Amino acid sequence: MTIETMPFSKALNAGLRKAMQDDPRVLLMGEDIGALGGVFRVTEHLKSEFGDKRVLDTPLAESGIVGSAIGLAMAGFRPVCEIQFDGFVFPAFDQITSQLAKITNRHEGALSMPIVIRIPYGGHIGAVEHHQESPEAYFTHTPGLRVVSPSTPNDAYWMIQEAIASNDPVIFLEPKSRYWPKGEVDLDASALPLHSSRIVRRGSDVTLVGHGAMVTTLLQAAALAEAEGTSCEVVDVRSLSPVDYGPILDSVRSTGRMVYAQEAPGFTSLGSEISATVMERAFYALEAPVLRVSGFDTPFPPAKLEGVYLPDADRILEAVDRSLAY
Amino acid sequence: MTGHAGVGSVGFVTSTDTPLVRVLAEDGTFAPTDAAQRYLPLIDALTDAELEQFYRDMVVIRAIDAQATNLQRQGQLALWPPSRGQEAAQVGSAHAARRQDTIFPSYREHVVTRIRGVDPLDIIRVMRGTSHGGWDPTDPKNGNTRIYTLVLGSQTLHAAGFGMGLAFDGKTGSGDPERDEAVVVYYGDGASSQGDVHEAMVFAASYDAPVLFFLQNNHWAISVPVATQSKVPLVGRGAGYGIPSERVDGNDVLASFAVSRMLLDEARAGLGPRAIEAVTYRMGAHTTSDDPTKYRGSDEEQLWAQRDPIARMRAYLLGRGASDAFFADVDTEGADAAEDLRSRTVALPAPTRAKVFDHVYSEPHPLIDEQRAWLDQYEASFGENA
Repeated sequence: MTIETMPFSKALNAGLRKAMQDDPRVLLMGEDIGALGGVFRVTEHLKSEFGDKRVLDTPLAESGIVGSAIGLAMAGFRPVCEIQFDGFVFPAFDQITSQLAKITNRHEGALSMPIVIRIPYGGHIGAVEHHQESPEAYFTHTPGLRVVSPSTPNDAYWMIQEAIASNDPVIFLEPKSRYWPKGEVDLDASALPLHSSRIVRRGSDVTLVGHGAMVTTLLQAAALAEAEGTSCEVVDVRSLSPVDYGPILDSVRSTGRMVYAQEAPGFTSLGSEISATVMERAFYALEAPVLRVSGFDTPFPPAKLEGVYLPDADRILEAVDRSLAY
Repeated sequence: MTGHAGVGSVGFVTSTDTPLVRVLAEDGTFAPTDAAQRYLPLIDALTDAELEQFYRDMVVIRAIDAQATNLQRQGQLALWPPSRGQEAAQVGSAHAARRQDTIFPSYREHVVTRIRGVDPLDIIRVMRGTSHGGWDPTDPKNGNTRIYTLVLGSQTLHAAGFGMGLAFDGKTGSGDPERDEAVVVYYGDGASSQGDVHEAMVFAASYDAPVLFFLQNNHWAISVPVATQSKVPLVGRGAGYGIPSERVDGNDVLASFAVSRMLLDEARAGLGPRAIEAVTYRMGAHTTSDDPTKYRGSDEEQLWAQRDPIARMRAYLLGRGASDAFFADVDTEGADAAEDLRSRTVALPAPTRAKVFDHVYSEPHPLIDEQRAWLDQYEASFGENA
């Protein structure tokens, strides 16, 4: 087994490189992804390695990036688009939701759309407006798209390759606060299929569920709870659409309690959907209603207030206490 | 500043100083404008059979178009967007494209698609509500014709990306026009205001994509006149992107053919994208849901009726000695095609409910499978009476 320790961003870089080596039709496109290597350096060195026909520094136009990627896919390429920040995806929203997501259906299966759209998302980086948002629900609400979010370097390395190999469009959400921490990457084999959720910590009293950077916060909360005598199980959703309910339901059936945590505003969010489904399918196993801990239903605030807005371990533990009090 | 007049003006075309490529005058006489001179060799090379085919295609699609409009009025279609008046712009450009080219239509290019090999019934499927797409663009019989796009301008970006792919794959710029590939993308004066069209021109220009942007200026985006879309002739937009552009009389099939052929061949030669503004007129409604009497006058419609593209070509062919038997034969073919379309339209089967779930994804998807199974079970619960 070949294990290397590397930051999340380098794992993505390695995964992209591997996908480009494996399939000459894979090309990268986005703003500043060439010489600069992207604002987060995820595509660093790839332009010099693969050339400017496979790593395109595109004009600054997100709809243009996704719309021309669709045309490239029609011409037989497998484009991987980088959107520079979460809040900049919306100029491409029409091309993603009305075109990309529906083209296979519109063509009654005659065309597939093997396009990956990478979007750095989420807070914790103290950035200005439009740079800290969690837009996943717009995409999970759109039939025809697949949506995933890795939370570890190993998942980053494998999930980007699996997303590129998918013949369906994949919205690939990269929790940007996790770009820098290092982790072990198994370069030989993927542990799980792309659309799998995973229990990342065993526990018996309460199930904590979340995705992306929130998985780290959930693990912090679980460690704190353990010190107080509460055993929390933690599930990393990984695949936001479709959701792999098996591990989530198994966990909830054993603990009887669940808290979902997310950075996104809670109203009509992924947490809403998963919570409702768990209550429909595991009703008799529940000792308490499924509780949600979310960003507030406000615009993401100025950076000096992000600590007020983003759910932290304490807010998760407050929900754990409420669940246990039922 | 050229003096095109304001909202709703019929003078927008004629009062501008912008050069216009026109070969046939409104009465069908051969009277090339100065701007047309460089294109004349392409027209001289056309055979009588080709000229007659241009006319035939225009007449037949008008008959089909009228039939489809009637079918909508009779409740057989949800909607029909008539192409009446725009036949010359479409027939000329469609014949200018070469076999290996790829066509991205908007949603009114009924004769373009027919010339490329698409069965008009496949458009009917879309307008009747049995299919979103209608045909398979990867089936060779459809002549590399992509399906209609209803969100205005979206397809221009797909065309730009497709053209980028051709350039990356070395399928353009060899110097052999029979081998090099190019793309024609159709859009209208309304769509020209969409951001996607502008982004498509930026991308196509930056990557030297072999794309011909073919704008049919039919003067009306439903009820809003072209003067609201642009303060200058739309042909001027291309220059801002470094895209050589030409304005043609879109009701002159010869001008449309020759300019499209030359600009497409320049694009396929690796010289980068090209653009055409074909000045034409939507003689009918935007769609069967529209009522043009609310926003334009009959004087304007009458003026454009005098510029009818079919009458113009008919007069030209008569002048060249085409026979009465030829014209009668064409009219018969149009009537037959319309009748054939009617009988096949009413015989179209309704889609089965499985179509709701089919092909949402290319690969298996648990939520779709679950919902399909649920609906099957639900329907089965009604027993034989389902």
